[in-house]
Amino acid sequence: MPNGSRELILQRIRRALSVKSPARHLAGAAAAPSGHKPQDWLPPVPSSLADRIALFEKNSLELKTEVRRCADASGAAVELASLARENHWQSVGSHHFALGNEAVSALGLPAVFTDHPYETAELERCDAGISGCDCLVAQTGGILVTSASAGGRVLSVLPPHHVVIASTGQLVGDLADAFSHLRKSHDDVPAFASFITGPSRTGDIERILVLGAHGPKKLTVLLVQG
Amino acid sequence: MSTESAQFHRDADRLTHDLRHRAWIQKALGGYYIKRDEQKAKYTDWQQARASAAAAKYEAVNHLDKYLSELSDKLAARGTKVFWAADGAEAADYIASVARDAGVKRIIKSKTMTGEEIHLPQALEKAGFEVVESDLGEFIVQLRGEPPYHIVFPSMHLTRGQIDDTFQKKLGSAHAETPEELTMIARGLMRQKYCEADMGISGANFAVAETGHISVTENEGNARLSTSLPDVLVSIVGIEKVVPKLDDLAVLLPMLATAGAAQNMTCYNTLLGGPRQPGETDGPREFHVVLLDNRRTALLADPEQRDALHCIRCGACLNVCPIFKNIGGHSYGTTYQGPIGSVITPHLRGLQSWKHLSFASSLCGACGEACPVKIDLHHHLLQNRRNAIAENPVWWEMPIFAGFAWFMRRPGLYRFAAPLLRLAGPLLHAIRGKDIDPMSLWTRTRDLPPAPPQSFKEYWRGRNAKR
Repeated sequence: MPNGSRELILQRIRRALSVKSPARHLAGAAAAPSGHKPQDWLPPVPSSLADRIALFEKNSLELKTEVRRCADASGAAVELASLARENHWQSVGSHHFALGNEAVSALGLPAVFTDHPYETAELERCDAGISGCDCLVAQTGGILVTSASAGGRVLSVLPPHHVVIASTGQLVGDLADAFSHLRKSHDDVPAFASFITGPSRTGDIERILVLGAHGPKKLTVLLVQG
Repeated sequence: MSTESAQFHRDADRLTHDLRHRAWIQKALGGYYIKRDEQKAKYTDWQQARASAAAAKYEAVNHLDKYLSELSDKLAARGTKVFWAADGAEAADYIASVARDAGVKRIIKSKTMTGEEIHLPQALEKAGFEVVESDLGEFIVQLRGEPPYHIVFPSMHLTRGQIDDTFQKKLGSAHAETPEELTMIARGLMRQKYCEADMGISGANFAVAETGHISVTENEGNARLSTSLPDVLVSIVGIEKVVPKLDDLAVLLPMLATAGAAQNMTCYNTLLGGPRQPGETDGPREFHVVLLDNRRTALLADPEQRDALHCIRCGACLNVCPIFKNIGGHSYGTTYQGPIGSVITPHLRGLQSWKHLSFASSLCGACGEACPVKIDLHHHLLQNRRNAIAENPVWWEMPIFAGFAWFMRRPGLYRFAAPLLRLAGPLLHAIRGKDIDPMSLWTRTRDLPPAPPQSFKEYWRGRNAKR
């Protein structure tokens, strides 16, 4: 049977739900009062772009994400080149995206491009993964990536340093805004999407924070004006 | 006494007297309390946020058939194979058959408590597959042959020295001093494993009916790698994980992070809605979602405690529970520890064998207060007690309570007997806890406060007389 016990489980559920929940469960789970959305109760998000950038930077600082402001795409190329020097990159992984093309080719380093079929082992040896994203989330300091916007499912998590090049126009308020952005910019919510909120971390040993558990040890956002 | 109950009493007794263990757990949780309160303070209204999160889960749980069907159909539409498993054995058999059909040898697993619940790693190892845990805490306890200590912090009971010992013995690694060095040993080893594995296994924190996605929350990046590098991916999802809308995650993801690990948002929150799609250059070629019942429908059939299926497995109720903090996670002997484990285990694995967990509670209510989806945990503990006794009454308790009720309804008798008790006080104190004390089982570990020289009734009479 391809579906397994679908009918049996649905039958059990319907039989169970034939007895209604007590009213106090519904009362405890009161929907938001009219005029409010559930996300209104989360940490507040300012409405002006400048304030949202400031909030994104503040959250990034707490998360240990590095944010570098750039005036334009050439400015991003300059910052990327200095990141390459500071961190002694030998090779990088990347994909083709409008904000990054100039900066990545200006590096002059061997590059693995993941928008074509590529070898995982080769990408694993790269010192950095350079990608775009769908949007940045002010409320959480998060970065929303999909296969289309960030060169597949792996580029943003396998190399030890992830660099995101994004514009301030990609900044949204909260997760709900990010979801509506996803629906608008893709035909359908894509089969892969991930919120990246800071470099990879673990507290599994003595609850002490260690960065770079399995994913990138460093996360840098080059934030381009516009 | 069931064997489960005997084990619980033995382990709880041993660990409660282990002051070093208690101090260690309380130290580990100390930082969590401070950071959690800082994060909660950032919310516009934490209580309203809880109500909203509970509303999303209430809607899902009370229309579970509708949302599960929608989820299943939406997942299938993008090429995911959905398998509905009535119990753990059916799920494990299916996953083993998927692995055999795909010629799998090595499996890399990211954290799944649902997988723990059905002993999936053991079943797959028995079927001849190599199974490696990629979550650092799970990897450490796997090496030590222990179950996870806590649903969110599996290795919180271990010191760096113990972990270093385990790594040296089991991995042959060099001595490491710091958590950082130890983490890097695991990272290096796991990098090979990701690239070699032919199959990845993950759990799910949520499943979105509206769009047909599962949502996986993690900090380390191991789930991202395990779900994208191997050619075959299997995600095991308890049926209660479904939520109606994508927007529900806008509230649930931050709240899971805040309640569970005192974070603003967990490091990676990944939506998976299908295998590699046309135009994608990576990602699994096969994606299987196993929807697991395993007696969740039995809990659903109890309308009084149905809201326990709201649980998002954040572990907040464990972190605040005075019982958990004293007896530790392993004493429970269950997959799910702490208050939520005490509530749901009797439903999942049998009331009479697991009722003792509901009795091991101070009923202080800290768990219900901490729960981000407002599960009425401590009342459910009481209801489990009531149901256990109604099903299997304790014969000698009935005459005692009947006699007590008879006595308390007779004020004259009470007035006569109360001063006698005061006279008997020194005698009771002298034999307290000794073998000749008929109440010794109770009094051995409890003090009887001395009776006051005057009862309230006597005081009141005297006070009125003076006026």
